[in-house]
Amino acid sequence: MNRFAMIGQRMTQAIPSIIGIIIVTFLLTRALPGDPAVYFAGPAADEQSIAEVRAALGLDKSLPEQFWLYLGDLVRGDLGVSISTGRPVIEELATRLPASLELTLVALIFAIGTALPLGILAATRPNTWIDHLCRVVVTAGVSLPVFFTGLFFVYIFYYIADLAPSPLGRIDIYFIAPDHVTGFFLIDSLIAGDFETFRAAFAQIILPAVSMGVFVLAPLARMTRASMLQALGSDYIRTAQASGLSRSKVLFAYAFRNALLPILTTLGMVFSFMLGANVLVEKVFAWPGIGSYAVNALIVSDFAAVQGFVLSMAILFVVINLAIDVLYTIVDPRIGMEG
Amino acid sequence: MAVIEQPDDKIESSLAAWWRHFRYVVSENPVTLFAFCLFGMFVFLAFFGPWIVPFDPLASDTSSALQPPSWKHWFGTDNLGRDVFSRVIVATRLDFMIAFSAVALSFVIGSVLGCLSGYYGGWTDRIVGRSVDTIMAFPLFVLAMGIVAALGNTVENIVYATAIINLPFYTRVARAEVNIRRQAGFVDAAKLAGNSDARLLTFHLYPNILPPMMVQVSLNLGWAILNAAGLSFIGLGVRPPSPEWGIMVAEGATFIVSGQWWLALFPGAALMLAVFCFNLLGDGLRDLIDPQRRT
Repeated sequence: MNRFAMIGQRMTQAIPSIIGIIIVTFLLTRALPGDPAVYFAGPAADEQSIAEVRAALGLDKSLPEQFWLYLGDLVRGDLGVSISTGRPVIEELATRLPASLELTLVALIFAIGTALPLGILAATRPNTWIDHLCRVVVTAGVSLPVFFTGLFFVYIFYYIADLAPSPLGRIDIYFIAPDHVTGFFLIDSLIAGDFETFRAAFAQIILPAVSMGVFVLAPLARMTRASMLQALGSDYIRTAQASGLSRSKVLFAYAFRNALLPILTTLGMVFSFMLGANVLVEKVFAWPGIGSYAVNALIVSDFAAVQGFVLSMAILFVVINLAIDVLYTIVDPRIGMEG
Repeated sequence: MAVIEQPDDKIESSLAAWWRHFRYVVSENPVTLFAFCLFGMFVFLAFFGPWIVPFDPLASDTSSALQPPSWKHWFGTDNLGRDVFSRVIVATRLDFMIAFSAVALSFVIGSVLGCLSGYYGGWTDRIVGRSVDTIMAFPLFVLAMGIVAALGNTVENIVYATAIINLPFYTRVARAEVNIRRQAGFVDAAKLAGNSDARLLTFHLYPNILPPMMVQVSLNLGWAILNAAGLSFIGLGVRPPSPEWGIMVAEGATFIVSGQWWLALFPGAALMLAVFCFNLLGDGLRDLIDPQRRT
């Protein structure tokens, strides 16, 4: 089987997950305590307007019919209207998504940039101080509640050291957000050639991104160490070393490429952690992403917003998992060789 | 597990062997001993916390609000003058109760589902497997948020949500462990001796999968506590003024930027210590139960 067929096959495997997600979010909508129509009609509604809302939402129909209506709404991209802001949920999510994605990506870059070297160093020098350091980081990292790390970064770097700007939002109030191109402030400010703004945005993102990165560092570093140790102990490494290949060639071209596969597999779990941690970090740093939107919606029981958030995060997660699978197919040197 | 020499007093000898093995593992790895002690302390505080604290965790005293840690108030006081030390200690019970009941629920349900799907295979397996995959298709914390939002904002629903997001791990372990033993000789023998499927699963297969399940429990407890605290940090479930670590960190968060660090530090540190303890304990238990997978 060639690579493209493999990739196609992985894509079809994502379909049942998406169907499952849609069914679950539909059921969550119907599990609402009390009457959803009362909810959506708002607090000041009388009997008649509730009945109207019920009919408008299709809540007077049977469950399968309602599911069909729900599917129709989803296809049109209609996630309902947020009762707290009065705007369509999908619009709000779309405007806030870049902020969350930017944060997650910077956190991921930080986590990978720290965890891979740490894991590789620990695996090449077992039982030295760097191996012990790796173990400590791994054990401490998973025990740290992400909101707690974030708060203490704020205390140390904002309140005591006065190095970081105040933890409110994506950019200091004295700066104007760069023109919207990608929605990522770091990239947009570079496109505009405005390095001051870039610096301001970077100073703002570094603390939330690091506190999120520390949380996912642990599984990545642990897996890197384990899979590198396994790769380094295998016969093909001995052969490569015996053939007189340089140390870096053996380490990176032979061992690391093989060790990469299990690391890629852990990335799926890492993303599951990250999308959850996103919510907590965004609350701590008043980051205007979809996580803090969902938290605010939860507090005022803005149900359509929460459902839209859960659904879009789940779909995002499926897409990420799919991308990881495709990457796996590309990285794995064995796929496509036998055919 | 240990080899049993004399079948006539096998309970004593297997217990003794287990104890020997326990002592061996603990003496080999002092960290595990430390974790067991820490766990003992937390359990003690969860049971007796409300009786040993110096102050009433709910009593406010505005004249002594926002005081830094001192001999009188070890962890300082919060914005209402409540003693943070007493609140942190008393909160142990609620946090542990949420985590334990959630893990117990997912342990029981996960065992049953996993055993059935591993033993019968076919459609049972397919339906259970699909449902579990669907849960895993969500970012788990986000799913928990959605569940609490749908079921209503109460502590019980925090427990249910945490149980649901942990369910896949137990179901998968139970399924895999039952599946590899399904064709084992002792299962065939028990079947030929006329045991019913239910009896076979309960008394012959299930005891054999308990050790890996227990390891899963201890590795999972830390995560369950972290999740529950995260949910209450964003304002779900536990309501003020009840003391709970997550909500205390959230309440203290507003005072961090003005320099009152003790409000959030101590509950956060307690939470961290509990999670750390469970993670160490999980590694230790794995060594105890499954010496081959020792790291």
